[in-house]
Amino acid sequence: MTTIDLSAAMITQAPPLADWLVVAPLVLCMVLGAVLLMVRKDTQIQPVIAIPGLVALVLVDAALLAHVWMNGTVTMTMGRWLPPFGIAFTVDILGALLTLTGGIAALAGGIFGAGDVNDSGRRYGFYPFLFLMMVGVSGAFLTGDIFNLYVWFEVLLISSFGLLILGSERGQIDGATKYAFLNLVATTLFLIATGYLYGIFGTLNMADIALKAQTMDDKAPMVTLVSMYLLAFGMKAAAFPANFWLPASYHTPRVVVSALFGGLLTKVGVYALIRVLLMLFPAERDLLGWVIALIAAATMVLGAMGALAQTDVRRMLGYLVISGIGVMLAGIALASPAGVAATVFYAVHSMIVMTALYLASGMAARASGSFSIAEPGGIYQSHVVLAGITLALFFAVSGLPPFSGFWPKALMVKASLDVGAWWLAAAILLTGFLTTIAVGRVWLLAYWRPAPAPPEEASTGAKAAAVTPVHALSPLLDFLPLVMLTALVVLIGIFPQKLLELSQIASEQLLNPAEYIRSVFPTEGLQ
Amino acid sequence: MRTLIFRTVAPYLASLMILFSIFVLLRGHNEPGGGFIGGLIAASAFAIYGIACGVSPVRRALHFHPMAISGTGLLASTAAGMLSIFFKVPFMTGLWLDIPLFGDSIAVSTVMLFDIGVYLVVVGSITSIALALEERPNS
Amino acid sequence: MTLLVGIFFAVAIYLFLSQHIIRMVLGAAVLGNAVNLLIFTSGRLTLEIPPILTGYETTTGMLTANPLPQALILTAIVISFSFFAFLLVLSYRAYQELGTDDTDEMRFAEPENQDLPPLGY
Repeated sequence: MTTIDLSAAMITQAPPLADWLVVAPLVLCMVLGAVLLMVRKDTQIQPVIAIPGLVALVLVDAALLAHVWMNGTVTMTMGRWLPPFGIAFTVDILGALLTLTGGIAALAGGIFGAGDVNDSGRRYGFYPFLFLMMVGVSGAFLTGDIFNLYVWFEVLLISSFGLLILGSERGQIDGATKYAFLNLVATTLFLIATGYLYGIFGTLNMADIALKAQTMDDKAPMVTLVSMYLLAFGMKAAAFPANFWLPASYHTPRVVVSALFGGLLTKVGVYALIRVLLMLFPAERDLLGWVIALIAAATMVLGAMGALAQTDVRRMLGYLVISGIGVMLAGIALASPAGVAATVFYAVHSMIVMTALYLASGMAARASGSFSIAEPGGIYQSHVVLAGITLALFFAVSGLPPFSGFWPKALMVKASLDVGAWWLAAAILLTGFLTTIAVGRVWLLAYWRPAPAPPEEASTGAKAAAVTPVHALSPLLDFLPLVMLTALVVLIGIFPQKLLELSQIASEQLLNPAEYIRSVFPTEGLQ
Repeated sequence: MRTLIFRTVAPYLASLMILFSIFVLLRGHNEPGGGFIGGLIAASAFAIYGIACGVSPVRRALHFHPMAISGTGLLASTAAGMLSIFFKVPFMTGLWLDIPLFGDSIAVSTVMLFDIGVYLVVVGSITSIALALEERPNS
Repeated sequence: MTLLVGIFFAVAIYLFLSQHIIRMVLGAAVLGNAVNLLIFTSGRLTLEIPPILTGYETTTGMLTANPLPQALILTAIVISFSFFAFLLVLSYRAYQELGTDDTDEMRFAEPENQDLPPLGY
């Protein structure tokens, strides 16, 4: 009987304990999701478990980001099989940063959900689905294997279906049907492209692909491949012309679910685009650069114009999400270090701001009783703080200083002017202008405009009922997440240096994946 | 579908199928089979029972809500991956333990725990979907 | 094999272009199988020798079937199966709640003839 020397195929030394942070967000979400599924009927316990869990998630994500920042890209392989055979989780600054931001958005949603989602919604499984969605989101940001990325996409999709039909109203089922089919097509495209990719490269590990793509001579199949990925992830990210599923469905679910979707899901698509186009196939991306630039310009301008035409605040926000995606795509189209850094920065900003805006719109609707801007709200009269916060968020989303939206947009404009793409810069500025008009109108009509005076003949009792809000807003559960997110927006706006530095490191790591590859294959040496 | 023959046969058929599903689950170690296919067989057993005798007897027989079963399975699978932290090997490494029993040795491993977890997840989620489809508004 | 994949894709796309949800659900099922076959083909077709090591040899010594596409397809089957189950429930619920399975009539989330937003006070 002979023994086989496995050291060539397996890792034999123990991984350092700190590397466990790589899988910690996933494991934490899975365990909590599982526990919450088990206590699904007990609606009182759920938030008590979920909110500390989400706080722990944010802490773990922050620790992971700090670890990656200090020690460079970290890899952990599953089951000791060395890559490219084993599935690897590889985290660089980009992945860690987006995971942390996603965790913060989820925490805000979780706290808000404690007040917003009623007992039947909780029994239906709001918190378990929230955690399972976070499993998918974190997994997608952290994985280093392209098929694994597909699996995480599906995990987050299926749990997002669960969240989307929470409550089973007619509009929700209608929106969910369209959302489900369009996303099914997108993920299937992703899978087809991955099948071809495996046929060409014979590997699925991202670092391995990046290595082999550099030496691949035959460009034709790879350009096809990259176009398919562009279409698949573009559909996910709701880029023009595949963006119609988003405004058809995002306004139907509960507002906290919309907030999470608007903050997280499309950004996963953008992340996948960044990863695949910039890191894996930079040469092919250069060929398609002008296509991506056109898509970017069309997405942002049409998104902003769509926002102008909406009466429902939530649908307007849906279009603003799309327009933000356009700005992020512009950085991918430019592929210069400054442009990619702006994309990363904008992704972080957009995750926070869109979550906060949906939450704010939900609170405004509870205060005034309607999502429509055609009906006067008078929220400024009744809720000064809410109106102020919303104004700050509106400024942030349209890219006015001193809020977080200003810096990435300024960077992006500068980056596009640097390479001579003046029309892209013009599109970004035009988008900012149109967005300002759209949100300014919402604020004027729904917040500033006084509520109609109750009819004269109404009794004093009726008058009092008209003045008091439809539902009281609780200071802890409703305002805490909103204030937390807005504080972040303001902080990033006033002190952008740290985040800027992080996004610049992330962009360098993306455009020069040597460190990523070295982290997965330590023996490959300096290539 | 509520014919006499079907209603008489269904409980026996369902219990046989569940037994068979556990056999497939444990056999999946070294031969074709495993958690997913075992879970599907068990879920179809519940579905058949549901078609024959109605949904509420199935729910009563399961005792736990199907989604709670899935949750337990997910927990078991994650725990199987997490156990490796105590043995200083990367996530999801298979760990083996031989337990001598009746003169033979039974291999117990985290892989098996993972597979049992998969089995429970599949049973839970597919059963809940099947029961939701079988639940008619008029019955 | 390639021809079969092509036919599957054609059928799936035809079904997807239909107006009725139930046909689209069937299209989704066919599409999943088309992709699985595609992955299988792209993993190179070889003789059906299972890549299993018995005992302690390090290689089987023969050209075996590629195990990775099989693993990928297994995962994809599981996912497309759960997707299919979900879509089935969803379209059944949609039929119950909305009273139609015609996608042209599904305008509850985005009603037609909505008012334009007001331009001023």
